[in-house]
Amino acid sequence: MESLAVYAFGYLAAAVVAVIISHRIGLGSVVGYIAAGVIVGPVLHFSDSASGYLEHFSEFGIVMMLFLIGLEIDPQMVWRLRTKLVGLGGLQVLATVIAVCAVSAAFGFTWQQGVLFGFVAALSSTAIVLQTLKERGLLESDGGRSSFAVLLFQDLAVIPMLALIPLLSVGSAVGPQHVTQGLLSNLPAWASAILTLATVAFVVAGGHFLSRPVFRMIAMLGLREVFTAAALLLVVGIAVLMMSVGLSPALGAFLAGVVLANSEFKHELENDIEPFKGLLLGLFFMTIGAKIELRVLFESWPFILGAAGLLIVVKIAVLLPLAWLFRLRSSAGWLLALGLAQAGEFGFVLLSIGEQAGLLTSSLSSVAVLIIALGMILTPGLFIVFDRLVVLLDRRDIAKRPTDHPDEGTIIVAGLGRFGQIITRMLLANGYKPVVLDFRADVVDNLRKFGIQSFFGDAGRPDLLESAGVGNAKLLVVAIDDTDRAVEIVEHARRANTRLKIIVRAYDRLHHYRLEHAGADQIVREVFASSVDTAGNALQFLGMHPYEVEKRKQLFVREDLAGLGKMAPLFDGVTPVADNPDFIAGFNDIGKIISNAMLGDRDAFEEAVARGWSPPELESSHSRSKKR
Amino acid sequence: MRVLVLFAHPAQRKSSINLSMAREARGVEGISFVDLYAEYPRFDINPDREQVRLLEHDLIVLQFPTFWYSTPAILKEWQDLVLEYGFAYGPTGRKLEGKFLLIATTTGGSDGDYSRSGGNRHPFGQFLLPLEQTASLCGMNYLPPFVLHSANHIDSPSAQAHIAAYRTLLGDLVQDRFDLKSGTAREMLAQVTRSGDMGA
Repeated sequence: MESLAVYAFGYLAAAVVAVIISHRIGLGSVVGYIAAGVIVGPVLHFSDSASGYLEHFSEFGIVMMLFLIGLEIDPQMVWRLRTKLVGLGGLQVLATVIAVCAVSAAFGFTWQQGVLFGFVAALSSTAIVLQTLKERGLLESDGGRSSFAVLLFQDLAVIPMLALIPLLSVGSAVGPQHVTQGLLSNLPAWASAILTLATVAFVVAGGHFLSRPVFRMIAMLGLREVFTAAALLLVVGIAVLMMSVGLSPALGAFLAGVVLANSEFKHELENDIEPFKGLLLGLFFMTIGAKIELRVLFESWPFILGAAGLLIVVKIAVLLPLAWLFRLRSSAGWLLALGLAQAGEFGFVLLSIGEQAGLLTSSLSSVAVLIIALGMILTPGLFIVFDRLVVLLDRRDIAKRPTDHPDEGTIIVAGLGRFGQIITRMLLANGYKPVVLDFRADVVDNLRKFGIQSFFGDAGRPDLLESAGVGNAKLLVVAIDDTDRAVEIVEHARRANTRLKIIVRAYDRLHHYRLEHAGADQIVREVFASSVDTAGNALQFLGMHPYEVEKRKQLFVREDLAGLGKMAPLFDGVTPVADNPDFIAGFNDIGKIISNAMLGDRDAFEEAVARGWSPPELESSHSRSKKR
Repeated sequence: MRVLVLFAHPAQRKSSINLSMAREARGVEGISFVDLYAEYPRFDINPDREQVRLLEHDLIVLQFPTFWYSTPAILKEWQDLVLEYGFAYGPTGRKLEGKFLLIATTTGGSDGDYSRSGGNRHPFGQFLLPLEQTASLCGMNYLPPFVLHSANHIDSPSAQAHIAAYRTLLGDLVQDRFDLKSGTAREMLAQVTRSGDMGA
């Protein structure tokens, strides 16, 4: 008991510390777990028998990960990405396997080992890349979406790979260690084939028909932990079932996940499994780390460094032409090639299976693990290279088309979401051709087809704004929805060009003040007009005359804007409004008419409305003498 | 006769004689009634739609309260946009020719105000000259206007009589009880018009 507690403490402490550090320096959690394994492994005698047990246990992390990936498979999204998924993803895996196989053969490895290395190298790190793309807001860009498609394909390709690796060991130099165990070993081939198929059918049918009533019943009980237990039971049960017929438990879990993807319990299952997956996967990476012999690193570091570099070069060499083949614009192509240039967490899984299957010696496996880990550590660096490269590429793209050089008096629209698109359409409809900036390459490409100058990139980057011609532009419309970035753009544009007119979309009042402070000329609160319109529709449905509604809307907008204007000088751009007494006092003072009207004292509002078309109730308008 | 009432009143929250007239007009069977301020609260008048409407009717009634010796703003906007060259006037624009135009309006000023010696220094018909000339340019027959002066007290018997007379007039027009081209009918209409004009 004591030793278990000590183990657990050692593990968790190392994991927490190492992951925090690794996260802080931008390497992600996977590298942190591996490092933790490297550190605590020798201390806790990790390579002893206990570790074998732990390792098996931690492999459930992989099973759960595939279950979750299965759950996330949205048929519509897969269909949308089908070309890139199958074409780009498939070719990427195939070409990488062939290339790595060839390189391995050149270094004197057997073809089976070459294929294993190829598999390992073909799979990028879903965890690291998706996280990085998300953090950088590149997930929705063209390159980001293609990366996602390729990663998804790789995640799916793991399943057949897991099944293929044990087969490779047959006739390999080291010889098979791992024999299929379980129910099937004594059965004739036809019977085992039928039993296997029946098992898969059972998982699919059971997942479809049985799981719902069972989960609904458990959910009705209202016992949270029982639901969690049932979710774990489902995954573990499938794993056991699959292993008993000699199939990959990961495959079974993935299948079950896909079957349950449309279930109403999808999110609940996800939330329940996710922490276990995270911890077990962490444990798995730590066991990988623990198996690394530092001695190996010290002895063969030149080889490891060289191999890691070679791996990255090979992967980029495969990805770049494919990106070109699939018409990804230069910067999107580089994002794909540089972002996916590492091998990933699945590589560790495949290596450990390969070792079990007798394809690799443990020291060779150690070296391979180090190579993969090094690649993952270098990934953030590759993204930095991408940043530098994109600036150069954009410059070159712009320089390539001399006619594209924005003239004086240019109109720039930054951001082509739903907001910016309407602005651009309206400008075009009126004969103005704006220069458009957006970070989604497909949007940019579409606009180019219409002959609109459009640039791919982040409008928040000063250099892009400059290359779009902000220095001598006439008008800038900032239509992006990132509030902080909008302020930055306005500040930068104002510094670059004092005569520029800047119209900007604001999120709310506070953002309005920040933008005004930053130097915007015209600020449009993004949902204000449509909200007022909707309120007007409501009044009309309540029986108010449409023109009366229009007049009341106008009054409301006028009062609201007047209040907004009175408040602006009170905002100093530094003090948070909640700490700014002037601001609070002002806020209580403005829009009195509206706020009083809302509180029930509608006299002033009604008076303001009633001013129009109110002739005196007199017999004659020519009765001055009477009045006097 | 196909009758179209184009009604323009920007402040319909208040009860008024003109609104009561509109309510009555709306209820006349077979009539086309358009509240311009309701249909175009942002003055975004659709000329195509309005022109089709004109073509589909024989008699156009412009019903409005008189503001500052003129029509409410939207009715001016309507004229400016709908009565296009090539449609309403010009060598090829004779689409409204032969149709009838009837002005139905109320004034706050009294009968006496609208006289040489009154505060407004001109008879009311003089203030309708632009509309009369518009009808003439479009080749339309301008009918004697249907006017109620001193339209400030909805409860007054003359106001109530005027409202009722408006309904009867529209009903008769729809039912073709007038031969508007005959001089006697015009005389009669002029009489009807005046009968509402009683002052308070």
